[in-house]
Amino acid sequence: MNRDNDKGKTLLQRTLIMAAAVFGMLMFLIARLYYLQVYQGDKYLMLADENRISTRVLVPPRGSVFDRNGVVLATNEQNFQALIVAEQTPSVDMTLQNFKKIIPLDDEEENKIKEKILYNRKFLPVKLKDNLTWEEVSALLLNAPDLPGVFISEGLNRTYPLGEYTAHFLGYVGAVSDDEAKDNPLLMVPGFKIGKSGLEKQFEDELRGHGGNVKLEVNAYGRIMKEIERKNGIEGKSLYLTIDSRLQKFAQDAFGDNSGAAVVLDVHSGEILAFVSVPSFDPNLFTKGISHADWNKLLNNERNPLTNKAISGQYSPGSTFKIVVALAALEAGVIDKNTTFDCTGSMKLGNHLFHCWKHSGHGEQNVVEALKNSCDIFFYEVALQLGIEKIADMARKLGMGQATNVGLDNEKDGLIPDEAWKMARYGEKWQQGESVIAGIGQGYVLATPLQLVTMVSRVVNGGYAVNPTFQKLDLQDKGKIRKINISRKNIEIVKQGMFEVVNSKKGTANTAQFDIDGIKMGGKTGTTQVRRITLEERRKGILKDEDLPWKLRNHALFVGYAPQDKPKYAVAVVVEHGSSGSGVAAPIASKILQEAIKLNIN
Amino acid sequence: MYKYYEAGIKSQRLSIKDRFFNINFGYVLCIILLALIGTVVLYSAANGNWNPWALKHIVRFGIALILMFVLALVDVKLYLKYSYIAYFLVLLLLIAVEVSGHVGMGAQRWIDLKFFKLQPSELMKIALVLVLAKYFHGCTLNKIQSLQGIIAPIIMVVFPVALVMVQPDLGTALMMTFTAMIIFFVVGVQLWKFAVLGGAGVVLAPIAWHFLHGYQKERILTFLNPERDPLGAGYHIIQSKIALGSGGIFGKGFLNGTQSHLNFLPEKHTDFIFTMLSEEFGMMGGVLIILLNLIIIAYGYVFAFRTSSYFGKLVIIGLNTNYFLYVFINIAMVLGLLPVVGIPLPLISYGGTVMLSVMASFGIILCMDINRNLNLGRSSFGDD
Repeated sequence: MNRDNDKGKTLLQRTLIMAAAVFGMLMFLIARLYYLQVYQGDKYLMLADENRISTRVLVPPRGSVFDRNGVVLATNEQNFQALIVAEQTPSVDMTLQNFKKIIPLDDEEENKIKEKILYNRKFLPVKLKDNLTWEEVSALLLNAPDLPGVFISEGLNRTYPLGEYTAHFLGYVGAVSDDEAKDNPLLMVPGFKIGKSGLEKQFEDELRGHGGNVKLEVNAYGRIMKEIERKNGIEGKSLYLTIDSRLQKFAQDAFGDNSGAAVVLDVHSGEILAFVSVPSFDPNLFTKGISHADWNKLLNNERNPLTNKAISGQYSPGSTFKIVVALAALEAGVIDKNTTFDCTGSMKLGNHLFHCWKHSGHGEQNVVEALKNSCDIFFYEVALQLGIEKIADMARKLGMGQATNVGLDNEKDGLIPDEAWKMARYGEKWQQGESVIAGIGQGYVLATPLQLVTMVSRVVNGGYAVNPTFQKLDLQDKGKIRKINISRKNIEIVKQGMFEVVNSKKGTANTAQFDIDGIKMGGKTGTTQVRRITLEERRKGILKDEDLPWKLRNHALFVGYAPQDKPKYAVAVVVEHGSSGSGVAAPIASKILQEAIKLNIN
Repeated sequence: MYKYYEAGIKSQRLSIKDRFFNINFGYVLCIILLALIGTVVLYSAANGNWNPWALKHIVRFGIALILMFVLALVDVKLYLKYSYIAYFLVLLLLIAVEVSGHVGMGAQRWIDLKFFKLQPSELMKIALVLVLAKYFHGCTLNKIQSLQGIIAPIIMVVFPVALVMVQPDLGTALMMTFTAMIIFFVVGVQLWKFAVLGGAGVVLAPIAWHFLHGYQKERILTFLNPERDPLGAGYHIIQSKIALGSGGIFGKGFLNGTQSHLNFLPEKHTDFIFTMLSEEFGMMGGVLIILLNLIIIAYGYVFAFRTSSYFGKLVIIGLNTNYFLYVFINIAMVLGLLPVVGIPLPLISYGGTVMLSVMASFGIILCMDINRNLNLGRSSFGDD
């Protein structure tokens, strides 16, 4: 009995110890609960929100681009896509078979789709086909009962209704690279596109707008349960350009199969009315994702459709540069209206013989005649007396030798050489002979078509330093245009020369003349060699241009303006390897100016 | 009233009616409360639906409640009398399912009882307590504290534990071992023997390890360290802590637990139900569950203290300990204090097996308490 008492006592003691331990352990659980839920509660609340809230970016529609008359040049079109949600069809294969009966898929597409369905979560839509036409969409909707799991979604695609006509200044949009995306969540949206070139790139910030976002509650498998919060973005701003799409189309078509560039400016404001570089390309190919074949075709075309010749093409201005030289000489007082030089067909300087394009010579020429006939000898003599510095000075005043900064990529500076430039570039002194060559716009002198049209505009508008622009100027902007210090009188002399080039019987571009209710044009031709003529060839007789391969033929240039009495439009046309400024470039320029006059652009 | 029962108890033989009114209804109330809370949480786990869990849970509980009353009202002496037989029968059942599990590929390790799945290992938890209680009931303290006195009970423990271990159900095996060790502790086995056992375990473990299959080793390693499996058990515990912690003091509200309803929380209706409850009802809900369980367990100790028979005391302590282990391991597990071992929260988690076994335990505990004044002689047989 004693031992029984001990047995009971031991049990009591040890049970009490146990009970205390159990109580302690349960209290410990409460302490732990406090630690997790109260002490660390905020941290876990944040983690729980991270789990359940998925923030998605709302993509703003990109701003449209219009021409000066409100014609759409770039906009967003609805892109109908057919998508499939695997979990909503009893058989993916069956649905695909039925789908193919309505919209054919090639094997590659089909395999891609099947692969995506296999690796994606079953409730996530997989794209079957995009850019569906209305007919295709309605056919799919009509057959919806046979297509379980298929649905149509609409997105936005950038589209350029005028295609090739606007490619070189609008540029195009494309997928965002990793570098560009940085930390901008909008740019990281799959399929988001930004301006890759041209004005699409230049005005990217305005056109893009601002993304909104929507907070969604998702479950552990990523399925959307509900929308928690939505912040709408701001649509991209529309852009109104100075381009007149009618003139643009006309000018581009005027080139036919030729390769080259043309720019038309409003001479008083510098507004670009037409901006042509041919051949062009279809920017819509880029927004939809260009095929390898199409890309190679563009890349390997010897006429470089991807190059914007109006700003990236640097050409010897040739005789069109005589406008600059004539003006520089008149301003410097080296010549006046009546100063004449006798053209015998060649001029000797040191050991070198400089030829006029007309081997028989023009005889006595004053400045107006020299412009009209494009007499080289007159300008050799003038350049020799004037010196390169004064020529370069005038050329720069008229907008040459530096990029116009019109806002497009790859704009070239052109080249207006002078003594310092030659020393820096070649470490040699400037030679007089080089001034002579520069006098007829050959040698080192280079200009882009945009610079040429700027130069003409600044001359014919009476010496106002207009800058080419794609954006309309308001009155205040127009008031800010700087006046270049050139005398009115001298400008009129040069204009007289340019008028006679076209309208005089013997003018080099007299085939390009027109008369629309008394409105006439003026201008200056240019034909520049792209190859070196050897002494031997000169002796044997220079090969005719049409006998040469295309790549070696002369460039044809023309700069012009109209109307003659009250200039409004200026144009520069460069036809690459077009052989003859008067025969090829001048007629194109003439047609363009006539069209501009008829359109009466304001 | 009290006197009336006193008189009844003293008569040694209680009528069914007397026994019924002797049931501790505070204890029963706590049990019912927990089961109702379980039903509410299961209703939420199904996104506000009675199906598939909540309705079945409450029905099961109703049936198990009847079983509890039956077990509480039977003659207490039957438990003493049939302990060994029950133990051997359950052992045989355990062997039977084990063998059939090996013979028939993927055969069930449980017996289907329509609303419940009876697992012999669950029954063994009770049978083991009964058999150990009966054994120690018949021993003197000298015998308990002698070496030969504990060989038999150790064998009684080792057999079923080994059988459950090879199933392999490590969680249940460990729970049975813990329960047995606590019984050994309270009856007065000297502490140095536990130390020796622990030492032997340390020595023998590497040897036993050597004989295990690769997949068994893998299971044990994952059991000991869930971080080994970050996408499985590790992911579960991380999500459980997020769900719990984000509940704060007052919770996100009924049916509003984001972690649970958006499926970030795994096993929300079974092992992780405490997490779900604490997410929706916050620390208040969690503390309520722990306190209700604390009351139930405290009742158990009170019953143990006031029961006069050694057998009765030991049965209550054993079964109470077993229940405590369920509660503690489950909650400690979802709180990230213990490795994740599939142990549910009794009365709240969905699942018939554990519901059946804990309700049976409560019935037996109540039976011991009803007959607390009945003197059961030390000799187990023929003292009637």
